[in-house]
Amino acid sequence: MGSRLVSFTFAVLFGIIAGSMPTLAEERSIVVASTTSTQDSGLFGYLLPIFKARTGIEVKVIAQGTGQALDTARRGDADVVFVHARPQEEKFVAEGFGVKRFDVMYNDFVLIGPKSDPAGIKGRDIVTALRTIEAKAAPFVSRGDRSGTHAAELALWRQTGIDIASAKGPWYREIGQGMGAALNTASAMNAYVLSDRGTWISFRNRGDLVILVEGDKHLFNQYGIILVNPEKHPSVKKELGQAFIDWLISPEGQTGIAGYRIDGQQLFFPNADKRGR
Amino acid sequence: MSDQPTAWQLIITGDPALFEIVCLSLLVSLSAAALAAVIGMPLGALAALVRFPGRAVVVVLLNAMMGLPPVVVGLALYLLLSRSGPLGEFGILFTPAAMVFAQTVLIVPIIAALTRQTVEDLWIEYRDELTAMDVGPLGRITTLLWDARFSLVTAWLAGFGRAAAEVGAVMIVGGNIDGFTRTMTTAIALETSKGNLPLAMGLGSILIVIVLLINAAAWGTRLWSERQVSG
Repeated sequence: MGSRLVSFTFAVLFGIIAGSMPTLAEERSIVVASTTSTQDSGLFGYLLPIFKARTGIEVKVIAQGTGQALDTARRGDADVVFVHARPQEEKFVAEGFGVKRFDVMYNDFVLIGPKSDPAGIKGRDIVTALRTIEAKAAPFVSRGDRSGTHAAELALWRQTGIDIASAKGPWYREIGQGMGAALNTASAMNAYVLSDRGTWISFRNRGDLVILVEGDKHLFNQYGIILVNPEKHPSVKKELGQAFIDWLISPEGQTGIAGYRIDGQQLFFPNADKRGR
Repeated sequence: MSDQPTAWQLIITGDPALFEIVCLSLLVSLSAAALAAVIGMPLGALAALVRFPGRAVVVVLLNAMMGLPPVVVGLALYLLLSRSGPLGEFGILFTPAAMVFAQTVLIVPIIAALTRQTVEDLWIEYRDELTAMDVGPLGRITTLLWDARFSLVTAWLAGFGRAAAEVGAVMIVGGNIDGFTRTMTTAIALETSKGNLPLAMGLGSILIVIVLLINAAAWGTRLWSERQVSG
């Protein structure tokens, strides 16, 4: 009697939960693993409603660092990855986890720091700026989370010839969090930090922080999109996922990307290359 | 875009996105608290009444699991529910169902451990009577749970409170998807990372008010039904 009551209660409760939640089977939706920079900058909030109005496909975005987003896709938990760390993306495709990689858009990284600029790096090129920060042991916030921006930062350190793994001291603070959190930390500590321009423009808690280094060709930041390989994970919704990719690299999607502005500033620059590879 | 609405403007204008987030938070945490009550209360009563070898270990474990870190529960369930995990074929990762699952796991120990203590204390009072009346184990459990129901409201509220407040587990298994798995706590984390600190704080205040209202409702119900019983 008691156990029957319990199982009945269970059935009712699960029924209520299942019934009150959107049914997944009939919904045309895909999961896109992407980066904190595309979400925190507000790009998806602007772009996805346009795509949905056009195609009826709902795009569910999981915003993670590039490394984690690629891991999520490797496990088969996303249909599409939209990230910004080209070597990692090409490895992902080469390993057979992704079908094909397409360039979508770019923006650039900027070196942010306190207005007072204690290390005196304003207007220098990025390699000199980083060398100076290291030499003066000025506070520097690193993402430390295997994200695309973290990978870009480590690549820049390699160009300075400094082995950051051994050179880092208390001045070099790895926080292991997203772009916004890194900017919040830098703002609180008046530290230097590398950011993508999109997140910086939309960031609201700047305090004394300003852009100190920008426009260096080393600071180029390319975004790419990849369909997860349905041969590895049959659950991948390949038609809907490909439809999203095709739209983003189509003239309409590219115009949409270019149209996203905050305070009149364009955040991302479309540069799709139709062929993919 | 430069003028972000404040949390209070969102409430006053009845912002649909905010309403959706609040509803999802409540749906997930109330479902989890209901499921956890159905599982945890009988479990707690069993641990209180049944003598078996190793019972002390079970009691200590149950008490210790009240402190399960949400992020660890989230990660464990992520690995379980992932397409590459043992339960991957159900495809419930990054859905509200996964969030209910995670919060249930998180708060069953809280409700079970508090129930065990309550029932055990009540058992001291009832032992002679129930033994004399020769009530079987199942009858004892239902009698004691029923008679302890007013105290168990607090156990349930403790569980619900934990579910409504946690961010670590729902963030990992839900993915904080806009309009689908975004709850109050994950929205607060997101707005913080955008540097929208006033909006994040405003959302936090709304969450606290909602939890307060639910506690007041539960407490009111308890007082009302106690009066019905004694009156």
